[in-house]
Amino acid sequence: MTGDARAPQRLIVTGEMAVTLPRHVQLRFNKPRDMWLLLAPERVLEPDAIAVTVLQKCDGTRTIRDISQELADIYTAPVETIEADVTAMMQDLADKGFLTEGRTHE
Amino acid sequence: MSDASALEPDTGLTPGKGTSHGLPVAVLLEVTHRCPLQCPYCSNPVELDRPKSELSTEEWVRVLHEMPDLGILQVHFSGGEPMARKDIVELVQAATDAGLYSNLITSGVTLTRERLEALADAGLSHVQISFQANDPVLANRVGGYKNGHAKKLEAAKWTREAGLPLTVNAVMHRQNLHELPDMIDMAVEMGAHRIEVANVQYYGWALKNRAALMPTMAQIEECNRVVEEAEERLKGILAIDYVVPDYYAVRPKTCMGGWGRQFFNISPAGRVLPCHAAESITGLEFDSVRDHALGWIWDHSPALNLYRGTDWMPEPCQSCDFKEEDFGGCRCQAFALTGDAANTDPACSFSPHHDAIFKTAETEAETGETRFIYRNLAGGTPEA
Repeated sequence: MTGDARAPQRLIVTGEMAVTLPRHVQLRFNKPRDMWLLLAPERVLEPDAIAVTVLQKCDGTRTIRDISQELADIYTAPVETIEADVTAMMQDLADKGFLTEGRTHE
Repeated sequence: MSDASALEPDTGLTPGKGTSHGLPVAVLLEVTHRCPLQCPYCSNPVELDRPKSELSTEEWVRVLHEMPDLGILQVHFSGGEPMARKDIVELVQAATDAGLYSNLITSGVTLTRERLEALADAGLSHVQISFQANDPVLANRVGGYKNGHAKKLEAAKWTREAGLPLTVNAVMHRQNLHELPDMIDMAVEMGAHRIEVANVQYYGWALKNRAALMPTMAQIEECNRVVEEAEERLKGILAIDYVVPDYYAVRPKTCMGGWGRQFFNISPAGRVLPCHAAESITGLEFDSVRDHALGWIWDHSPALNLYRGTDWMPEPCQSCDFKEEDFGGCRCQAFALTGDAANTDPACSFSPHHDAIFKTAETEAETGETRFIYRNLAGGTPEA
């Protein structure tokens, strides 16, 4: 199957990309545990506070660069550092199959 | 981000060390034991629940609505074949209404495009379809169902067309392990997001069929190599979950994350079990959702409390450094192989039975037995 143009490709996350969670990955606040959780097939992940903030902004229309700029303004930190961290976090999710590209990219 | 399956202690999701149990995370709902397939490694008990004893729609809906307050996050609709329930769309809708993440674990052979779309509309989060092999002749022989493989391929296509994410469940044993590379390619081609490469676990039906299923050590080594290579090559394309076979292990699996610790199972007739195989342990009485609220059962059921925590453990578990890691392995396997569910799982190298089961595996893998005993309500039928 290698070489087939229709073969699925690994999603490589970049700053220009708008990403969002696919149907089978859901960010939910769980009242009994009083914490945010990321539900995926036979997995439950515990995102930390920063990951929750980022994921809430990943609506599939705003790019990672836009989101990083917002965070840089809030935390008065260099946007390059934040964008690198956010991209790495999103790549990790993408490699688990927990992330999809948004609609506005093309 | 941490992963619940890694069982990290003292997080919000996993009970801390020294705690007997926490809030339940996920529940396997065996909504029926009826199934058109007859797989010889079926995880259902040999003594199947009769259709007449199954919980009604109203009973399942009530139980689903009790779940979120207990902390339950995910439900897996399984069986038997969950599509054999006429009310399955209604049950998925009830799970969605209750705020639960829902997963359908199906053979796929009775799925239609219309029912998949109805399930998607009812809020189903994810679909898992089992495949018995890549070669249709072998696949249909293992499942004991004519044309099953072709129907599964169609169901997988419709699943993706309905916009539902797909996991391929590949149950592996001596007679199909040579097909693993093809099954991984098949999963990629059908647009699956994930494959579970699950070596057979030997309880119930699989224990009856152990001589015909047990892989050789050489096959397991090849399987490990294939999985490792595919994980690297398919990073970001296909996630692979790998279940290694117990008999060739050194350390036992942390079965269910510990007995009654964060998962449970509801049988078709409503009995609450710590796992799908627990009824194979004779002498235990399991409480039913027909008699008690789910929350009461989780905290007070004597059968759930029996092997919770570590106090019940005899040696060599009691003084073992790993007792809070693996909880002594699997109670059902300890019972099946030693006659006492409290014994150390013989998959553990510290068990006095470990060498014997390793030899059993090696011997049975070399027997050349190929004929299955097919799973059915009549207690099994030998392959012709």
